[in-house]
Amino acid sequence: MAIVFRQETFRDDFTYRNSPGNIRRFPFPFDRDEYMYSVNMEPHVHGQAGTVYESLIDVDEHYVAEMHDRALVLKEDPLRYQALPHMMAAQWDTLELLMEEQAAGYPEHFTLIRNSDRWRWINRPLGIDDTFTFGDASTLSCEPFEYITRQAQGDFCIVDQRNDNLWMDAGMVTTQADWSLDFDIGMNFMEWHGPVPLAHQIGVFDRALKFLLNLQLGKPTRRFNWTMTINPRLDTSPENYHKWGPDRTTVTSDNVGEKVHLRVELQSLWRLPRSNAILFVIRCYLISMNELVTVPKWARRLHRVLKTLPSELVDYKGLTRYRDNTITWLSKHDDGAPTSPGIFPD
Amino acid sequence: MLVEGIKSRPVYGGIAIDPCARRHIFALEGEGALALLDQKPALTETMLSRSEVLYVAAGSKGLDHDLALAALKTDRFWQGPTIETLLFRLRGSLSAATMSTRLYISGREGFIGQCMQVATDMGMDFSSIPTEHRGSLARRVQCVHCKGITDDVRTSPFKCSHCGLDLLVRDHYSRRLGAFQGVNIDAEEPGTAPQAEELFA
Repeated sequence: MAIVFRQETFRDDFTYRNSPGNIRRFPFPFDRDEYMYSVNMEPHVHGQAGTVYESLIDVDEHYVAEMHDRALVLKEDPLRYQALPHMMAAQWDTLELLMEEQAAGYPEHFTLIRNSDRWRWINRPLGIDDTFTFGDASTLSCEPFEYITRQAQGDFCIVDQRNDNLWMDAGMVTTQADWSLDFDIGMNFMEWHGPVPLAHQIGVFDRALKFLLNLQLGKPTRRFNWTMTINPRLDTSPENYHKWGPDRTTVTSDNVGEKVHLRVELQSLWRLPRSNAILFVIRCYLISMNELVTVPKWARRLHRVLKTLPSELVDYKGLTRYRDNTITWLSKHDDGAPTSPGIFPD
Repeated sequence: MLVEGIKSRPVYGGIAIDPCARRHIFALEGEGALALLDQKPALTETMLSRSEVLYVAAGSKGLDHDLALAALKTDRFWQGPTIETLLFRLRGSLSAATMSTRLYISGREGFIGQCMQVATDMGMDFSSIPTEHRGSLARRVQCVHCKGITDDVRTSPFKCSHCGLDLLVRDHYSRRLGAFQGVNIDAEEPGTAPQAEELFA
């Protein structure tokens, strides 16, 4: 069934909303009533219809508006896209993967026709119909990684694998939770995770790195990460922190429902066939508290997670100023009843 | 000597001379001269005849480290007036370097970072370059907002020398930029920046 794409904004007047159907498929990240870092990885395999796992590269009603917002970010700050020179094979790997997955999942919206190395790519929602030579960057309007990630939801990093480590050597990062590609590009796995509190000490990154170094082709893996954002703003970059930071002071007990958003990253990691690099997809989903509490289980659970969140994480995730208001607001939606296991609505 | 536990910060393990190298290039700044001078008893004639020393006195002017370095009688000794001129000279030395040349860097962290940029731009692997931190803990900081770099930052917060925002100096270091990250400290409530504290003396 064709997706009806919404016309909406992630800045200024913030008209972003989730339709009722989209709320039900929101990837709520908490499978229990409390939260702590863990190596919460599982195979990235197809899930049921009506969930974000229906296709492995998920396209939803926000696709067109998100791609428009990305174009605005890149116009202001082209450094949000960068790729080191040795990453060209991985760029083509990524283009192939995203075209194939989108065409397979949404044939009514995307079509890929291959004739040896002459490829034709049709993207109907964005009105694109291009023919190019796979492997020849001069036949595209920009580098292949930039070309395809201007047409795919989520942030994308390509990490190179060498010396038993992973290196952040390319990225398209415009919907990030406060980290800078321009600063982190070229860093290894431990370095770019340097500022994360607690997780280093409990060995999370050592185990995650070991796991990822052995990631196999055709067996992608996934995990959740999350934070909260005031207003449905995709571009919460450190570059623009002085522009969006003041939003955090605007939360009152009356406007929590519309202002405060749960921001979930569905991260999927894919071994790439030619380059042996790993594509790291960081797909961001936003849901307002008003929308979230339409699912009673999620309202109860988020209330409990926020109440028991370790203070280091409250600080690191930037929740300090509005956490109390949000907990009080959510408490009206938590009757203390037990919650069922797993992430899906009852 | 430095704050422990900053995962993205390089480890400065010391510049003990590598007896197997056929050529040694020492890029030294300020108190970094002492990292080489302290090794004097172990330096052989052969090593010195294969060594090139590039030095900028910077904050150590008047302490005569340059005279002590010159007295080593290395194959080459060059002294420059500023870090910038040293980096230019270093680029020249490295472009003429052959296999089995070892580069050593010592001085303040910002200096090490900038020499490292020159070397890695020329294709050297950072892990093959011994480094030693000497001198003050002052940091080289990049403003994440305007991307301008401010050298010799001793306090946090400090005012970005380019865009004027008050920046918190984060414990996050980019080898590619040779700099720590500075983030606006009063972004959420402009005008509420705390007093600067001298943290990196």
